[in-house]
Amino acid sequence: MVYKKTPLMTDKVLSYCPGCGHGTAHRITMEVVEEMGIQEDVLGVAPVGCSVLAYEFMNVDMSEAAHGRAPAVATGMKRLWPNKLVFTYQGDGDLAAIGTAETIHACNRGENITIIFINNGIYGMTGGQMAPTTLEGMKSSTSPFGREADIMGHPLKITELIAQLPGVYSVSRHAVHKPAAVRKAKRAIRKAFEDQLAKKGTTFIEIVSNCNSGWKMTPVKSNEWMEEHMFPFYPLGDIKKDGKLVK
Amino acid sequence: MEKEIKLMKGNEALAEAAIREGVDGYFGYPITPQSEVLEYLAAERPWLRTGMVVLQAESEVAAINMVYGGAGTGKKVMTSSSSPGVSLKQEGISYIAGAELPALIVNVMRAGPGLGAIQPAQADYFQATKGGGHGDYRLITLAPSSVQEMYDFVHTAFELAFKYRTPAMILADGAIGQMMEKVTLKPQKERLADDKIKELYPWATTGRKKDAERTFITSLDLDPERFERHNHALQAKYKKIEENEVIVEMLNVEDAEYIIVAFGTSARVSFKAMDLLREEGYKVGLVRPITLWPFPKKEISQLAEKVKGILTVEMNAGQMVEDVRLAVNGRIPVEFYGRMGGMIPSPEEVVDAMKQKLIGG
Ligand SMILES: Cc1ncc(C[n+]2csc(CCOP(=O)(O)OP(=O)(O)O)c2C)c(N)n1
Ligand code: SF4
Repeated sequence: MVYKKTPLMTDKVLSYCPGCGHGTAHRITMEVVEEMGIQEDVLGVAPVGCSVLAYEFMNVDMSEAAHGRAPAVATGMKRLWPNKLVFTYQGDGDLAAIGTAETIHACNRGENITIIFINNGIYGMTGGQMAPTTLEGMKSSTSPFGREADIMGHPLKITELIAQLPGVYSVSRHAVHKPAAVRKAKRAIRKAFEDQLAKKGTTFIEIVSNCNSGWKMTPVKSNEWMEEHMFPFYPLGDIKKDGKLVK
Repeated sequence: MEKEIKLMKGNEALAEAAIREGVDGYFGYPITPQSEVLEYLAAERPWLRTGMVVLQAESEVAAINMVYGGAGTGKKVMTSSSSPGVSLKQEGISYIAGAELPALIVNVMRAGPGLGAIQPAQADYFQATKGGGHGDYRLITLAPSSVQEMYDFVHTAFELAFKYRTPAMILADGAIGQMMEKVTLKPQKERLADDKIKELYPWATTGRKKDAERTFITSLDLDPERFERHNHALQAKYKKIEENEVIVEMLNVEDAEYIIVAFGTSARVSFKAMDLLREEGYKVGLVRPITLWPFPKKEISQLAEKVKGILTVEMNAGQMVEDVRLAVNGRIPVEFYGRMGGMIPSPEEVVDAMKQKLIGG
């Protein structure tokens, strides 16, 4: 297979660590925009986190939000341009810690936006601190002996929580560490974008991803670790489909 | 055409002005003493009148970030709140200033610090005029002292915000927000069409045209040299605003020996105090800064050449008085009289303060 780069990724060298899932998640998002031919009608929102510079790489109009506020920024955009396709791209600290209120309320209003949520179980950008999604026992720079739930709280399955909200139309969890998983994730993004254009409500896509730097592993090891530890707690698949919870 | 005059609360006048100014979006969160803004809009349903979007956000933080999102797309957007809520908005305001976006933020001040009191105060002067959030930025700050000005300044604020691509604030106090006065309303302005926005504001993110460069809205730059240049550009813009956009009302200054400087509700009280003092034969004038930033430094500096002393009256512990003293630069005495905690000074108190602190005996 000859790999053709989408013109909707800029020529800038990605600032991500080699082997990090962020780059792939960017690329498939932009490929979907290209394939749907909707570039002129897309507005993206970048978070604060490793993907803070997403607007340097995704070659569409974008806005860089304050830490955690992307769903509110996207709400402002979408309410004023209801016919645009608006998406946010957020990490777990951004979406599930500092931005929990904005995330839940945007979803609860059923804002017609797509949220792409990169869950790597850690704060990558600031150097590997504990995230709301850090697994029990998992080490980070602020849980150096492993996360202890009784002191530090339990890992938050925010995606399952969001699926409960009536305004949310679809919720699914994916990965981008293997070609088959990438294809699935890309199909899900496309479906979410199509549903948004059909004004179905909030569409939410979680991508469980590695942070080899923060996890202090090689890229290969980090992907193995992710399959072994992250996937059992954050199982891949549909959680809510076409407005209905998947049992 | 016949004038349209209505008896309205300050907060209602502001809300009606937003609709008639052709504002595209209002995002707010309830807080006393400005909740009437959102309530009025909810009752008026401007989405039926003009297509204006009105949304009750989950917090002031969310509201200001909705404003950031909307402003970045070239739309005319605003939020309003009162002191504790405006504190929450500061991060967002800093982003809006840094990303050079036009927007209107309204603060109908109540007493602080902390949860404070719901009665009027002017204790957010520093927050509004000196930055408030992080980083080197300024807010164009307009201080209404009547319900009519609550109405009119919506237009003025958006004019300036779009002219300079920078956030503007209407800094009112609870008394101006709650009082009822007659207001002359202006005819409905049309909201800008989407195509017009694209044409007028090429900086806005409205969707990347085929074969055109993308646009993006950001306050981030990790290259310190380039980011210093950006900061210099911001400062140059602020200097231009300081040179060109000062608005100040000056009453009875021609023959004045003493001057009162006051804004908002304090200016209304001081206006009466000036009359009382004049009745007693004292030559007193009033300077009312309407733009608190840019501050009327030049005007006050010139007056310092000819008057004997200045009394600054505020509903706080003495904030604007620092700017008055900077403008006067030690040439004449500058005294301060203030009330706090939600108390409004009476004209008689101001008369006494003027006599005791400046005129003597
Ligand atoms: C208000 C605020 N608080 C804290 C920070 C510092 N900060 C930047 S990124 C980040 C965490 C990002 O982690 P995550 O969202 O998981 O994204 P990742 O870097 O892992 O992709 C933090 C705490 C900030 N920029 N702003
Ligand atoms: S720190 Fe982690 S999340 Fe950030 S780029 Fe590196 S691997 Fe990716």
